[in-house]
Amino acid sequence: MPNSRIKVPEQAKVGEQVEIRALIMHPMENGFNFDSQGTTIPVHIITDFVCAYDGAEVLRVQLQPGLSANPYFSFYLTATRTGPVDFTWTDQDGTITTNSAMLQVA
Amino acid sequence: MRTLAGLGLCLLATSSPAREPVRAQQAQSDYVYLSPALRTLQDDEFANPGMLWVDRGAQLWSEAAGPAGQSCQSCHGVASVSMRSAATRYPAWVPAMGRVINLEQQINRCRVARLKLTALDYESQDLLALTAYLSRQATGLPVAVRIDGPAAASFERGREFFYQRRGQLNLSCASCHEQHAGSRLGAETIPQGQINGFPVYRELWQTLGSTHRMFAWCNEAVRAEPYQPGSQAYVDLELFERWRGAGLRIETPAVRR
Repeated sequence: MPNSRIKVPEQAKVGEQVEIRALIMHPMENGFNFDSQGTTIPVHIITDFVCAYDGAEVLRVQLQPGLSANPYFSFYLTATRTGPVDFTWTDQDGTITTNSAMLQVA
Repeated sequence: MRTLAGLGLCLLATSSPAREPVRAQQAQSDYVYLSPALRTLQDDEFANPGMLWVDRGAQLWSEAAGPAGQSCQSCHGVASVSMRSAATRYPAWVPAMGRVINLEQQINRCRVARLKLTALDYESQDLLALTAYLSRQATGLPVAVRIDGPAAASFERGREFFYQRRGQLNLSCASCHEQHAGSRLGAETIPQGQINGFPVYRELWQTLGSTHRMFAWCNEAVRAEPYQPGSQAYVDLELFERWRGAGLRIETPAVRR
């Protein structure tokens, strides 16, 4: 499972906009590169990134080969209730990377 | 006039290797030549992509592996304490090896001797991760390598390498990074080529890369045959480069173009 980094504030007030950040280690090969032998390096990308808050999906991104390596997302979430923020990255081969953090809402 | 005199000094220094080493320029981290966007990225402890490797390095540091069932941590303890300044001292003379070795080679030496594992390939993700993790511990500390005593010969070879013109373009490292640091080359500003931020996350590579990968890249850029990463020629050059940037603060993992 590739390395991932996430940042979710530990605590938030009800209705507060909190910044969520997520970063994953991935080559995002676009299929246009060659190795030292001149052979094409096949496409190898993450196709989907999903963020769920307390079980409900809040963000879904479809990634394309044009993205640079180690994709980084930053977005805002409205805190409504205490719950886990789950992150899921799906590779084109079906490899799934997950990461999760708890958001305490008072 | 002052620049001319400085140039003369540096020429003198090259022609007589026995002379006391003189730094030809005031060392400046390559950070100062970065675009504001890249500086922001490097300073952002979360978004800096190099931190992915630092995280991986932290895992490798503490995870027991190999037949000995030990980890780096079993002997060395917490890296933030025991390895706080280790990265500032490498490359360094190691009596048991009879030569100067760099941080990557020291990590492999430890892996083979203590953990009874095979050496990691140079430029492999795991070796980069461990190197980045250890260098990260030294963040903010000044580079301080020893070039006296048994390391002197290695240092001299490194300096010769730095001033030796090579490749079809017939340029030495000094031709650009010493005589023209701060000038433009196309759309880019030529940096001093300091290595206090290595391993660096390079935008061009889209991954973390070691000092030796950078040396090889630069050699190829002047149309010269690069040496192998991990070769003694590059370790010597690394020692010279570290000395050249002595006093600069370690800023691993740096972000570069």
